[in-house]
Amino acid sequence: MAKFTNTGNKDTRSGFGAGLLEFGRENKNAVALTADLKGSVKMGDFAKEFPERFFQCGIAEANMIDIAAGLSLNGKIPFASTFAIFATGRVYDQVRQSVAYSDTNVKICASHAGITLGEDGATHQILEDIGLMRMLPNMTVINPCDYNQTKAATISAGKHIGPVYLRFGRPGVPNFTPENQTFEIGKAIKMIDGKDVSIFATGHLVWEALQAADKLEKDNISAEVIDIATIKPLDYDAVLASVKKTSAVVTAEEHFIAGGLGELISGFLAGHYLAPVEYVAIADKFGQSGTPDELMRAYGLDAEHIVAAAKRAVGRKK
Amino acid sequence: MPDIQKLKDTASQIRRDIIRMVTSAQSGHPGGSLSSTDIVTALFFSQMKHSPQNWDRSGKGNDMFFLSCGHESPLFYSALARSGYFPIKELGTFRKLGSRLQGHPATDTGLPGIYEASGSLGQGLSVAVGAALGKRLDGEKNYVYVLLGDGESEEGQVWEASEFASHHKVNNLIAITDWNGQQIDGTTTEVIGPDHLDQKWKAFGWNVLVVENGHDFNEILSSFKLAQELESKEEKPVMILMKTIMGKGVDFMEGTCKWHGKAPKPEEAEKALAQLKETLGDY
Repeated sequence: MAKFTNTGNKDTRSGFGAGLLEFGRENKNAVALTADLKGSVKMGDFAKEFPERFFQCGIAEANMIDIAAGLSLNGKIPFASTFAIFATGRVYDQVRQSVAYSDTNVKICASHAGITLGEDGATHQILEDIGLMRMLPNMTVINPCDYNQTKAATISAGKHIGPVYLRFGRPGVPNFTPENQTFEIGKAIKMIDGKDVSIFATGHLVWEALQAADKLEKDNISAEVIDIATIKPLDYDAVLASVKKTSAVVTAEEHFIAGGLGELISGFLAGHYLAPVEYVAIADKFGQSGTPDELMRAYGLDAEHIVAAAKRAVGRKK
Repeated sequence: MPDIQKLKDTASQIRRDIIRMVTSAQSGHPGGSLSSTDIVTALFFSQMKHSPQNWDRSGKGNDMFFLSCGHESPLFYSALARSGYFPIKELGTFRKLGSRLQGHPATDTGLPGIYEASGSLGQGLSVAVGAALGKRLDGEKNYVYVLLGDGESEEGQVWEASEFASHHKVNNLIAITDWNGQQIDGTTTEVIGPDHLDQKWKAFGWNVLVVENGHDFNEILSSFKLAQELESKEEKPVMILMKTIMGKGVDFMEGTCKWHGKAPKPEEAEKALAQLKETLGDY
């Protein structure tokens, strides 16, 4: 079984900041916008090196999204960043009309996504953003799993032509994917080969899925772990190939069940290949204050819960 | 010198197009389209430097126009077609299945002249400010024009954009408000009162010009000239508030909110068209 090593905890938002800076050095059309969260979303280095290409919008997210849309028209590549709650729910209509429907080349870069935003509590913990964004035609939805992958995904988002929703988080988390990797949008990444159950994980849950696979191996369950870094377009071929082999599925994400990766995959499988699916995600309830680690455990988003879900899925096989 | 009579004739034909389009679709927004007709005619047929035959969505090397109040689409489409962006006969497809002329302006139908979808109100000024920043980054000298409704200015985002534009000293953008005093549910004063627009825009750091008769081409064109002079001197955006009459040009549609979003019946359209001279030939 492949082994992954944590090279040291790092926050994925810093991966975004590093990717933005690197892309900005390569491409003079890259511009960055934020809504009074330059430090939190790690845009400081870009703003310092390219002050003329950085736009402070103040606490006015709707305006920021549409300014970005306008900037994109003559070839600028805007990266508009704020907390995920404000980058989606607060500005859904702006994203819908001026980014998705108008098919503008805007990169919506959403930090502090999910429950690991932590102590600020439910007002700031969006758990429905993947659903909101993947419902929009033309939108690409990317949810990378660690610092290195977020950095690479940021650069790929910049090179991609069309609207992108790029989701990342606040806390330091294990950094275990290769440094200076190339990120291919729309490609699922098989982390571990297995034959008894497919674990499709995204974002912060990928590391937990790898830990779960270790534990399952000890119980003689061979888990395949696939990193769904691009939620939309989903890599349907990779999903189908894996499920045809294992006939049991676990999905793991820092999101509501409603609208999330689990629903997406089970919806697809319903039309193509029936297999039991177990969700590791948050049911129909809001979050609360706490540390990121406490919340992940309290809401059942950790390796232990993935192990239990995998056993249930395997047990349900006909 | 602009040929004022020619502009008047063009506006009359555009008003005919608006009535015929909404009547044919039995749907659409004639009231505001008619109140903004002279403003948009002045922009498209005199003021703007644009290339209707070689349009592309980047707007590079051209003045750009954004219609923030997207429900005035019949006016927008007629002005585009009459200035050569697409064949005028296509105006007959307005709001019909498969048309490039959607109920509100869209970019996905490939209709030349539309830079950005609009319809959900309050967004166009922000988009126009972004486009103006893009031109400034490229060192381009062209202007960006945007038309808003006065009722639309009840949307908070308009004021977010307003603050941004003055803070970032956007002086290659000329914004225009059609100040007709009407919205769907009544006069703007009755509904929620977006009054004192001049004081509000000044307070947000803009230079403000008020045009007392937004149907007088001399007044409209002078205000554009003055706006450009102001912007060349001061690093501030300019808002031109154009006082107009809702439904202008059709007596029974004037000065009322009744025709904001209602199409005339064929016999009503006939009465309307009798008041509007066919100058350039109907589509």
